[in-house]
Amino acid sequence: MSKHRKPREAKEQKSLWARFSSWVEGDEPLYEKSRPLRKDRDTLSSSGERETDLSRYLLVYHILAVFICLSVTAVLLVTVHSLPLFGSPDNPASNEVVERYVESGLQETGAVNIVAGMILDYRAFDTFGESSVLFLAVSSVMILLMRDKNNIDLEEDTLTARELLMERKEKDIILRKVSFIVIPCILLFGIYVVLNGHLSPGGGFSGGAIMGSALILYSVSFGMMEVNRFFSLKTFRAITTCALMVYAASKAYSFFTGANGLHTGIPLGTPGAILSSGLIFVLDICVGMVVTCTMYGFYALFAKGEI
Amino acid sequence: MEWLITYRFEVAAVILFGIGFMNLLLRKNLIKKIIGFNIMDSSVFLFLASQGYIEGRIAPIVVDGVQDVSKYINPIPSGLVLTGIVVSVSVSAFFLALVQRIYKKYHTIELDELLKIMKKEED
Repeated sequence: MSKHRKPREAKEQKSLWARFSSWVEGDEPLYEKSRPLRKDRDTLSSSGERETDLSRYLLVYHILAVFICLSVTAVLLVTVHSLPLFGSPDNPASNEVVERYVESGLQETGAVNIVAGMILDYRAFDTFGESSVLFLAVSSVMILLMRDKNNIDLEEDTLTARELLMERKEKDIILRKVSFIVIPCILLFGIYVVLNGHLSPGGGFSGGAIMGSALILYSVSFGMMEVNRFFSLKTFRAITTCALMVYAASKAYSFFTGANGLHTGIPLGTPGAILSSGLIFVLDICVGMVVTCTMYGFYALFAKGEI
Repeated sequence: MEWLITYRFEVAAVILFGIGFMNLLLRKNLIKKIIGFNIMDSSVFLFLASQGYIEGRIAPIVVDGVQDVSKYINPIPSGLVLTGIVVSVSVSAFFLALVQRIYKKYHTIELDELLKIMKKEED
């Protein structure tokens, strides 16, 4: 690096490309660092002047914000005025793709529910991305809120300790009795919605949310320690990663064989039966497990900072 | 003005979008900003779902083996709304976690107070 050092005049003359290439190699900044614009004013100005600066900025911001909001709404309303007629059968959204999905979806996917057949068979990688987004969201919330040696809050810890003590001392008998009856029903309904995803409205996402709410109710009424007996961080990790990996592997297999014209060997079953529609049944269960864990994970992380 | 009735769902979606956008830009409380963001999300879902609706047709679940396009509504917007809902849940959870961290650091979630603190820290 040093053997190519040039005098300052030569450096000024360098072309943009040369400067860029040396910036890529990390030799020098792309542009000379300009001196802070407000430095001279900062030395003069008192804190009062800066206060007025901020309030003037806020005033301009408010006026601009109202203007932008109103103009965006007006433009969108004008656009709505010239949309294709609402509810008409020949608007451009219902094209040959829809025709294909509706007319041969049942034969190709085996699912009575065409939406389930669409999102878990034709567009299965899209749904895999969705599940991954949920997993990523819960991971990032975990990074931000998990209690560890870098994230200690003594005040809040004493508060949670006191809550735990109160939880143990006085049990809310009404809440416990009611949730003792209600939670099995909610869980059963959630499992029903997940398993019937290819036959009726519902599926992995909605059923998973229902099961997650059952877990949250359990944790509210019986305390987080009780849930930790069967649902700790370890089980959370195991369930989410296993479900995502099963999803990825099975769908990769069926896409690989399908794209190469091979026989998948997955029976589609009779349409309308509970054990039908091939992979959709399995994928629904995987998605349901991921969503259940995610919903409960969000609650636990926001409430106590741990799963 | 008749088009307001014809396009009632789209108009409602646009108005909701405006309300959410206004909340997002003008509220000082960060939690209320996130609520505005969620209102915007819901308006987009309403708009998409209304685009898939076709007058006098039923939900795309095959009944009695009838597989005719002219019987069912458009299934694609339903799938898109599903994707959108999942992403909106994830994003708002992430936002709320960030707000919680901000509150722990600065002990306020009012944006103008945060700006003042940041100005003070710059000096």
